[in-house]
Amino acid sequence: MLLAMAIGVMSVILLSALGEGARRYVTREFISLGTHLLIVLPGRFETTGGPPPLLGQNPRDLTLEDSLALTRSSYIRYVAPITLGSAPVSYQEKDREVLVLGSTPDIFNIRQLATAQGGFLPEGDPTRGSAVCVMGYGLKKELFVNQSPLGQWIRIGDRRFRVIGVLAKKGQSIGLDMADVIIIPVASAQSLFNTSALFRIMVQAKGPEAIPRAKESILNTIRQRHDGEDDVTVITQDALLSTFNRILTALTLSIAGVAAISLIVAGILIMNVMLIAVSQRKTEIGLLKSIGANNGQIHRLFLSESAMLSLIGALCGLVLPFLIIWIFRHMVPGFPVMVPLWALLSATGIAIITGLVFGVMPARRAAKLDPVQALSRR
Amino acid sequence: MIQLIDINRRFHVGEEYVQALDSINISIESGEYLAIMGPSGSGKSTLLNIIGLLDRPNSGIYKLEGVDTTELSDDKQASIRRHSIGFVFQFFHLIPRLTAAENVELPLILAGENPRERKKRVDEALSAIELTNRANHRPDQLSGGQRQRVAIARAIIMEPNVILADEPTGNLDRNSGKEVISILEKLNNRGIALIMVTHDPELGSRASRKIQMVDGRILEEK
Repeated sequence: MLLAMAIGVMSVILLSALGEGARRYVTREFISLGTHLLIVLPGRFETTGGPPPLLGQNPRDLTLEDSLALTRSSYIRYVAPITLGSAPVSYQEKDREVLVLGSTPDIFNIRQLATAQGGFLPEGDPTRGSAVCVMGYGLKKELFVNQSPLGQWIRIGDRRFRVIGVLAKKGQSIGLDMADVIIIPVASAQSLFNTSALFRIMVQAKGPEAIPRAKESILNTIRQRHDGEDDVTVITQDALLSTFNRILTALTLSIAGVAAISLIVAGILIMNVMLIAVSQRKTEIGLLKSIGANNGQIHRLFLSESAMLSLIGALCGLVLPFLIIWIFRHMVPGFPVMVPLWALLSATGIAIITGLVFGVMPARRAAKLDPVQALSRR
Repeated sequence: MIQLIDINRRFHVGEEYVQALDSINISIESGEYLAIMGPSGSGKSTLLNIIGLLDRPNSGIYKLEGVDTTELSDDKQASIRRHSIGFVFQFFHLIPRLTAAENVELPLILAGENPRERKKRVDEALSAIELTNRANHRPDQLSGGQRQRVAIARAIIMEPNVILADEPTGNLDRNSGKEVISILEKLNNRGIALIMVTHDPELGSRASRKIQMVDGRILEEK
């Protein structure tokens, strides 16, 4: 019964800790994507009604010039145009199909990348390509094993690039595994893939409060440049993040609610134990009455006993999950399991409340016992 | 001190009524030594329970120190039991988890005495029953006679006016029975009324006043 209470409290705490961990994990991943981020996508995801035009109204491509125009806004700190494609990368006899990311040095600031060796792409006119590249950690391992790649020439598609840096090991971040990409200047990527369009533009606003203004100014700038057409979509990272947050919080709460039901089961168990205790200790109750305990005192006695039982159970249930989480943290260091304070408080609170609520009936029964009958049992 | 007027007590047994007490009239003075005797089922224990306010009569008036108790609430009755009445049972009814001293202390805790006062009075009571050296023993570590002495100490700790003893020696060997009786009589000599239910005629003959019960009536009084 103590065990049931302990398990109940433990499951509430563990489940909410896992839920909270998931929420934090997602949040962290989003932040590793960069902060105060806005993403500009070509095309407009909105239904405006009416039959679709006969001549397919293709959205205008985002261009490098669009991206450069954005840098002039005073709400925007960094702008990184991105061209994405995949191309075979080879070094000596090793050959590998790799995701090639064309961008500007701003991408390092926006995605908060760091290098393990060498440096980032050089600053300079983004419209002019140069034959340098920065490769992900995993790719470096594949192509160069333990050799230093700095200064080596590799082949991407049909061009040769000099390796000037290797990204630090950062792990997976949503969307792209940065360990397996190769980053080259955006103009070089455009000529490599023979396109003038950008995959998207990543923008970092000057601060959290500048995000709505930055969004406004992006839309204005692009509209001006695209002959008054609203043909881009701007996603703010915060909007995404808060949606995820809401979903995961709701999930955590509902899981915790399910776990709370187990606490009520534990409460019923406590009630049964107390009922048995009352019938086993009938003579004791009769004795207490004969030496002058009034009904209120006996009521309180049994009520506090069940409260104590549930409290002890709850305490056991508090210690155990911390142990489990501690072990879990050592086994899966990447996943930030955290016991939220509200889970601790509510689990303990519900445990004690159920203990009290389900203690009322046995306590009342004890208080109502007829002392003569209670004492006559031998 | 105790006045019972026309007390009736009936019990349901199945479909029938059993008249446990049938128009009992008796008055008991303070400091008296009364033995209630009779065969089992004659209503001795029921009478004692009614005197001890553990049970309520179906009809009749019970005055304790001039107060009509039959109209009192449960809590008032509990308070009278606490302060004016001491019980000694055949089966001791000590709480097995508590030590002798703690068992004796129990009524004081219920009465809300402060710990220092409790300690003093428990020490006094234990020395009165000559069990000071057993204060920290639990009931299962005590002999029957010692247990009953602890129960007596518990009964007198609140300095009651009357001790109600239901077969106090019924579960004891002769020697410890004698010991227990001599303690009870000593208390009686100090002015506490002693009402004892027994079916042992030898024990009953020691009392200054004896009543014989049969079928819920007081048959004779010697």
